[in-house]
Amino acid sequence: MRPLEQKLRQFDALPTPEKDRLRRDVRVLVLTGLGLNCEAETEAAFRLCGARPERVHLLDLLEGTARHRLGDYPVLAFIGGFAFGDHLGAGFVFANKIRYRLYDQLLEFIERGGLSLGVCNGFQTMTRLGLLPGLDGDYRTPRATLAPNDRPGYRDAWVRLGFDAASPCLWTRGLAAMDLPARHGEGKFLASEATLGRLREQHQIVARYLGTDGAPTQAWPQNPNGSPDAIAGICDPSGRLFGLMPHPDAFLYPFHHPDWARRRALGSVPERGDGLAIFQNGVDAAAAALG
Amino acid sequence: MTPLAVARIEVAVRPELSDARGAGVQKTIQSFLGIDARRVRTRDVYRITGGLTPAEAEKVRAELTDPVLQVSALGTLEGDRFDFAIAVGFKPGVTDPVGKSAKVAVEDTLGRKLGDAGAVYTSTLHLVDGVDRAGAERIALELLANPVIQTARIQSFDEWRGSPPDLSVPVVAGHDTPPVARVDLSGSDAELEQLSRHKLLALSLAEMRAIRDHFRTQAASAARRALGLGPEPTDVELECLAQTWSEHCKHKIFNATVTYREGDAAPERIDSVFKAYVRGTTEAVERAVVAREGKSWLVSVFHDNAGVVEHDEQHHLVYKVETHNSPSALDPYGGAITGIVGVNRDPFGTGLGAELASNVWGYCFASPFHAGPLPKGLLHPRRIRDGVHQGVIDGGNQSGLPYGRGWEVFDSRFLGKPLVFCGTVGVLPVTVTGRPGHEKAALPGDAIVMVGGRIGADGIHGATFSSAALDENAPIQAVQIGDPITQKRMFDFLVEARDRGLYRAITDNGAGGLSSSVGEMAEKPGGALLELDLAPLKYAGLAPWEILLSEAQERMTLAVAPEHVGPLLALAARREVEATVIGSFTRDGFLHVRYRGETVGLLDMAFLHGGDPDLDLSAHWVPPAFDEPATPPPSDLGATLTEMVGRLNLCSNEGKARHYDHEVKGLTVIKPFVGVRADVPAEASVFLVRHGSRSGYVLSEGVNPFYSDIDCFAMAQAVVDEAVRRQVAAGARLDRIALLDNFCWPDPVAGADNPDGEYKMAQLVRACRGLSQAAVAYGAPLISGKDSMKNDSRMGGVKISVPPTLLVSAIGRIDDVNAAVTLEPKEAGEVVYLLGETRDETGGSEYFRLLGERDGLTAELGRAAPYVGNKVPRLDIAATLPRYRALEGAIAAGLVRAVAVPAKGGLALALARMAMAARLGLELDLAAAPDLAGLALDVALFSESVGRFVVSVAARDSAAFEARLRGTGSWALGRVVAAPRLTVRRGASLVFDIPIDALSASFQRTLGGAS
Repeated sequence: MRPLEQKLRQFDALPTPEKDRLRRDVRVLVLTGLGLNCEAETEAAFRLCGARPERVHLLDLLEGTARHRLGDYPVLAFIGGFAFGDHLGAGFVFANKIRYRLYDQLLEFIERGGLSLGVCNGFQTMTRLGLLPGLDGDYRTPRATLAPNDRPGYRDAWVRLGFDAASPCLWTRGLAAMDLPARHGEGKFLASEATLGRLREQHQIVARYLGTDGAPTQAWPQNPNGSPDAIAGICDPSGRLFGLMPHPDAFLYPFHHPDWARRRALGSVPERGDGLAIFQNGVDAAAAALG
Repeated sequence: MTPLAVARIEVAVRPELSDARGAGVQKTIQSFLGIDARRVRTRDVYRITGGLTPAEAEKVRAELTDPVLQVSALGTLEGDRFDFAIAVGFKPGVTDPVGKSAKVAVEDTLGRKLGDAGAVYTSTLHLVDGVDRAGAERIALELLANPVIQTARIQSFDEWRGSPPDLSVPVVAGHDTPPVARVDLSGSDAELEQLSRHKLLALSLAEMRAIRDHFRTQAASAARRALGLGPEPTDVELECLAQTWSEHCKHKIFNATVTYREGDAAPERIDSVFKAYVRGTTEAVERAVVAREGKSWLVSVFHDNAGVVEHDEQHHLVYKVETHNSPSALDPYGGAITGIVGVNRDPFGTGLGAELASNVWGYCFASPFHAGPLPKGLLHPRRIRDGVHQGVIDGGNQSGLPYGRGWEVFDSRFLGKPLVFCGTVGVLPVTVTGRPGHEKAALPGDAIVMVGGRIGADGIHGATFSSAALDENAPIQAVQIGDPITQKRMFDFLVEARDRGLYRAITDNGAGGLSSSVGEMAEKPGGALLELDLAPLKYAGLAPWEILLSEAQERMTLAVAPEHVGPLLALAARREVEATVIGSFTRDGFLHVRYRGETVGLLDMAFLHGGDPDLDLSAHWVPPAFDEPATPPPSDLGATLTEMVGRLNLCSNEGKARHYDHEVKGLTVIKPFVGVRADVPAEASVFLVRHGSRSGYVLSEGVNPFYSDIDCFAMAQAVVDEAVRRQVAAGARLDRIALLDNFCWPDPVAGADNPDGEYKMAQLVRACRGLSQAAVAYGAPLISGKDSMKNDSRMGGVKISVPPTLLVSAIGRIDDVNAAVTLEPKEAGEVVYLLGETRDETGGSEYFRLLGERDGLTAELGRAAPYVGNKVPRLDIAATLPRYRALEGAIAAGLVRAVAVPAKGGLALALARMAMAARLGLELDLAAAPDLAGLALDVALFSESVGRFVVSVAARDSAAFEARLRGTGSWALGRVVAAPRLTVRRGASLVFDIPIDALSASFQRTLGGAS
């Protein structure tokens, strides 16, 4: 068993107040600015999970005018939005800024065991940077891309995701399936057959779009972009870095679900939105690692 | 190495991968133009100036290319043969947001700034197979390029291969700044009128005379001589007055003195319909609120950029809806994106600045399937629809704002000018750094700071242009293209500045640019000194008056205390947002404009804001009479209903609507589409105000220009009622609903070229009265509004005027979003009630238009579609208000499962939407309601009587529900059943029994293919 898994087991066994105390030490850097826009819900999500999110403008991080360095945080969130309008390709200009001006700090963050979640534009940015899929410890070379959807244009509609139970991804531990909204125009995951083969083999394909029959699907609209192998999200081999096209930050409360009104009437509304489970996993993994 | 004058990079999708964009264009060429292009591939082209060395160009090329997806080359890419290449680029001076972002990427890659001399110019290359030159030209001009803003270059494969790579860049030709002109107003009346027309001032003779007379006065002359000005106005002054006095900014028609007559009755005088029916309404409602509750919940109305109402101890709500009609007619994409990002600045420019929360949109178009003649100069309505949607999609999504409401109305009279409504809700902190968030005031001595984008020739004369009919002389500079990312970055910066108390007042630069924003802000301190040469420009050569009037987008104007100028500019620099001091506020009573040290304008503030002569207008109301349908009702009403749900004005527009984000920010509760498949439009949308709170706001609207053909009084009452009813349906509090009024009218000023102006003015008076009476009765104040009074087109020599259109937008309060109600019944066994009386009110109904089409009737261009009828729905508030209160109570008590609002299409449409949303059946008997029993069946189903709801209630709650609704007119029509069929009887006879699937298929089909 790897040391982090051991720590996670110990964490899971702790009483709730003790867990909450450890979670409060988890500081999350929510990277903002330049056209990103999911900072409020991302911050709310991490806060609801007991962590301490802090919004930091990318330019402050680049210029050293932020209060802390990237390496001071155990968790880094690449949020959704339209950095630089997605001009030249989703995440492109934003990732370029990071590559030329922040890469050393970012690699140091990864080497120190940091966790990172990229949602939508964040996933596109992580992929563009080469943080994902991060094969063979190479976090610099882009080996995949999120190409325009087969049906062109941005689209906002809920999809069903299935998670690979054998994946090393720390953010999806114990999760089987959930509904989340896909909200993007560029979400078709493309990589060479060799890369795709390795991702499958190493269970790095964390999340897949499910059809009405509960199996991964290529059919629109359940698979909103035509991603091969129904890929919706992948992680790096360590499971600490996770990128996902649909938005877990958009399902924090039960009423976020489009069928909530009916479920409420029929008495089957859960206490929290399903998407929070992803954030909780990440926060708990970081808390366990700190503790 | 020698630097390159222009580095050209071409990027294409790898040949072995599919080019989704190209495939999309190919599909549109086929469906839109009927040209059978075999294949379209696309390439992005970047032309970079600023002196890149060949090595730098190569480094940039590599960085601009996604190695997994793309191939690229410096110069041109080799590739397969094609028939024609169509290169589409921007004209000089047109906003190129992609180029702006690309410049950032280039600078980051090279580790150096390109400076003002360097820029990236983008264009798109379409390589088309299977077309001849004529086809390529049609594709270029009718689909890919809009000549108003873009250039298209068409080359055959051989021409393309035989010519060197195109290195031209659309730089605005540099020329010297034109001198400031003095304008001679001493001529005859005819010469004054000619001058107004020639300079696109849109000033009437009376206004031109008022300006002439003002400048003749001694006082004006003395002050002017001291500053080296002559006795006549400069072009800076004349242009500034023209735009400040424009219909767009001054609402002259709403403020005119109106003589109103009904038939042969004695005339009445109305001293401003705005004061009488808009402000008067809100004041009456506020008095009633104060009498009842001891205080008002209105925070700020009528004097800021948007209306402000109380929400809770932390936040007020701000709401504004605008139109952007004329620009959208010329350049649908650019006009519409400017519309949405423009209205975003209104809440942000309210008080000390509200954070933006959500958008709404609504459009009136001619049919996208229009196959009749199209007057020369007009764009096909399908192209307008596609462009307008894409503009607002990009503007809203890239700004990170969800939309709450989206609707479309179709009528052939919108062929000349589409109506493009865009609105934005903001949340304003009650307190900002210890000050009330809704108050602001510049003080003498404060710096005038312009923030955001730079000034170009964009949108010059926008305010005066929108105040005139659309004709071939419409200025091309009138079109601006909004850049949401630049604006989003500016807003992010301004929120930081606001929360650090770095400015004292803020307003937006919209219509009229600096002349409007500074002119307005200067009213409180009592003057301003503006140094136009300090304002940052996109390119050289703008005349001073152009700098003053430019409507270049993404700009706000701030009043900054001297001690905060430094910190504000430093924060702006950190955020890479441009902010420039361009003058200061004074108390000398003048708007003093200087350029390079010389005074070029000195306008008396009192004259600028109050010197325009009052307008006198006549209005004459003669009720119209239309033919009633002489046709027997259809024999199969089930088939008729199936057809009705697929009609353009009733069908689903989900294909377009899903391209808009509706849930970013994580605060959306009831989304625009509801039901188990989320495919039926919600009656109203519900949003949380912030994370961590449970209270929210409800958005709804009413719009129905068809009723205007019969009587605008009834029309206005119906749309107020619909907006309020939708609020109640979703669970809003009846005592906290605020309304916005947006009037889009055909020109109501009578004249030689507008013979029925008095009738249209009477329609306006009647609409205002209907609006006012309904709003007062419902206790719903009008907190903000806008009028657009010249919605006529004369393109191609054909006059087409829009039908009088009033959009009433409502924002209400819901105390706990967990209690919000949607329209779909939740399970079999629920009892279905009809609330409210149904009368024979088929005038202006969608059903009548269906009958007209069945009878093969068409309207001539510019006329209402038959049949119109005469029995327009009338509102009886004495009956509706107790019903609404009772339903509000039943919802609050948790007794209600679902509520639908019968509106266009009547009861039958409401039932169909409930069933389609629930995927459950309804078994109903019309005989259960006495008024339904007494009407002809088709009238009972399709009459559009207002004031009604269809409510679904759990069987166990039905007795309690009935007790609450007793005496307000409610009847149990039947039950929700598991079998997915809509079954309607009347007594013993079956009216229809149709499968839900058939309804859904019809509902989705009409616009499904057009998305």
